[in-house]
Amino acid sequence: MPATTTSTVAPTAAPAVPRAGTQIRLTDVVKDYGLAVPAVDGVSLTIEPGEFMTLLGPSGSGKTTTLNLIAGFETLTSGRIAFNGDDVSSLPPHKRDLGMLFQNYALFPHMTVAQNVAYPLRERKVPKAEITRRVAEVLELVQLTGRDDNVPSQLSGGQQQRVALARAIVFDPKALLLDEPLGALDRNLRGALQAEIQRIHREVGSTFVFVTHDQEEAMSLSDRIALFNSGRIEQVGSPETLYRAPETLFTATFLGDSNVFELAQAPGSTVVWGDRTWAVEPRTVSDRARAAEHAALMVRPEDVRIAQRADEVPAGANAVPARVTDVHYLGSYRNVVLSYGSSDVVGRARLDASETQLAVGQDVVAWWRVERQRVVSR
Amino acid sequence: MTVLARERTDPGRSAPAGRRAPRPHWLLLVPALGLLGVVLLIPLAQSFLRSVGAPDLTDEHYRLLFTDGVTLTVLLRTAQTALLVTVIAFVLGYPYAYVMTRVGPRMRAVLLVIVLVPFWTSVMARNFAWILILQRGGPVDEFFQLFGLDVVLYGSVSGVAIAMSQVLLPFMVLPLFSALSGIDRRLLLAARGLGSSPLVAFWKIYWPLSRAGVTAGLILVFTLSLGFYVTPALLGTPQESLIAQLLAQRTTQLLDFAGAGALGMLVLVITLVLVAWANRIGGTVSAIGVVATTGTKEQR
Repeated sequence: MPATTTSTVAPTAAPAVPRAGTQIRLTDVVKDYGLAVPAVDGVSLTIEPGEFMTLLGPSGSGKTTTLNLIAGFETLTSGRIAFNGDDVSSLPPHKRDLGMLFQNYALFPHMTVAQNVAYPLRERKVPKAEITRRVAEVLELVQLTGRDDNVPSQLSGGQQQRVALARAIVFDPKALLLDEPLGALDRNLRGALQAEIQRIHREVGSTFVFVTHDQEEAMSLSDRIALFNSGRIEQVGSPETLYRAPETLFTATFLGDSNVFELAQAPGSTVVWGDRTWAVEPRTVSDRARAAEHAALMVRPEDVRIAQRADEVPAGANAVPARVTDVHYLGSYRNVVLSYGSSDVVGRARLDASETQLAVGQDVVAWWRVERQRVVSR
Repeated sequence: MTVLARERTDPGRSAPAGRRAPRPHWLLLVPALGLLGVVLLIPLAQSFLRSVGAPDLTDEHYRLLFTDGVTLTVLLRTAQTALLVTVIAFVLGYPYAYVMTRVGPRMRAVLLVIVLVPFWTSVMARNFAWILILQRGGPVDEFFQLFGLDVVLYGSVSGVAIAMSQVLLPFMVLPLFSALSGIDRRLLLAARGLGSSPLVAFWKIYWPLSRAGVTAGLILVFTLSLGFYVTPALLGTPQESLIAQLLAQRTTQLLDFAGAGALGMLVLVITLVLVAWANRIGGTVSAIGVVATTGTKEQR
């Protein structure tokens, strides 16, 4: 599990709604609108109690449809969805007991903040005194105490989303579903609300299912990420697993930058790219690459080193001749854009700012340690 | 000369306006305001002056409205008819407008044309068509005779109300459509997710958000119904005449301009009060404009 608990924000209050999270299990879930390709094409995924699971993927990859299937806004074509083992596949949304956060906040414009937050409690016939108490409690949790009588249009986007968050957790739902909730906010607010969501996840301890197309957001928030591609799950794992040990080229390129060398032959103890032959450690070859017909070797920019001459490359490292085509100075580091040999592969290296100066057009040798590369299927 | 003098003595006022002269947008309103003055304000003022018996002031004509035993009855019947028309238009119009927000742009255009067709049809053609449909032996009568019922709507207030609803439906559907299409449907999803059944979500979220459009539609249709003349004259009976017919009778047959003026003023005041009330509780100012334009069309 990655280190997600290093934030400096200390828990201020006891959990407002203490509850062990709910396990959400999707089994062979299919949603077919009758188009050429099903929107969701056989997704199986188990989201553990209390887990922060992100459904990540490009638009049209099926992540939002999957979330809507969990919420019950869409009906399954086939497959099964269960909460803590109970089949909910045919349950309408209002009986699934889930909190939901939308990108456009979806606050009721004709109600005050307090009325909005009280809405799910009133629907559940919670006694009036209890409603008052819990609304005050949850508004404190999202730091909006005193805004009870404002209407949504009087609040900023960030405040509105916090009201929506309060409304989504006040009734102690089985899980919280978040549909790109930060998409409409500007960069600074996004960061603040990310921290807020993370803090509330820690305090509430409920299962969170978060949909986004923003890989950085996914990396910084999630316990695990399910990466979607064309209606299927490409890979599930911790952000670190997906970044360091991708199974496929899609995963490798969707999360972060990489240097990609497409291989003509299946990987053995060596791989061949053009006239280069590179050593391969078996544990850096992904399972999918072993079984796949086509593979690629990829190296992260921070793992690429640059030597002026071939004899400077340490023994045992893999190397390739390169030409510097661009250098971007970014303060603590510089990004070097490379072209490898006569190929049209664009390479990227991230070097410490203090390292040797490089001139554009200079011929160099790019190299990396064998254990830092990864062979993926493509 | 005076302008020059003011510019010289009041530099603080002209300076912020810049080197360019302020644009006299209001000049564009002159033709319209002039026409309104001639065709509306002057006759209205004349009617009012006659109704108070100028130059010898009297409230006799207004007192007569409440004591002649006819006006109040007709006024009440007119209000009842208008209410019936409004209810019919609302019951038909709300679901219709809702469907318009849910279909594609092409289907929406078709639905819009369907609701506007009676509006574009000649008043006479439309009303004679209704006579054919509603009269004894017409399709409606024949249909109810299958069940042994004798329903002749021609010559009844109900028949008049049905025909009026047809042409007034756009005034219900258009403000409703405008209000309903402004409602974010994701609010309904949010309500469903928060524990509301579809019916409850409609009642607690959709309906309150559509109320401005509902008010505008109800007030528009009701106030327009008050002024209908041709339809009740053709489809109703003289024994059950409405306020516009009473007005016409007083001006064209009885030549009682003072009495007609007083009655006209009363109807005008009722209408303005309703429109003002509608604006207060969330209807639109545009409602007033539409009332004026169609009122004249039906009276043609």
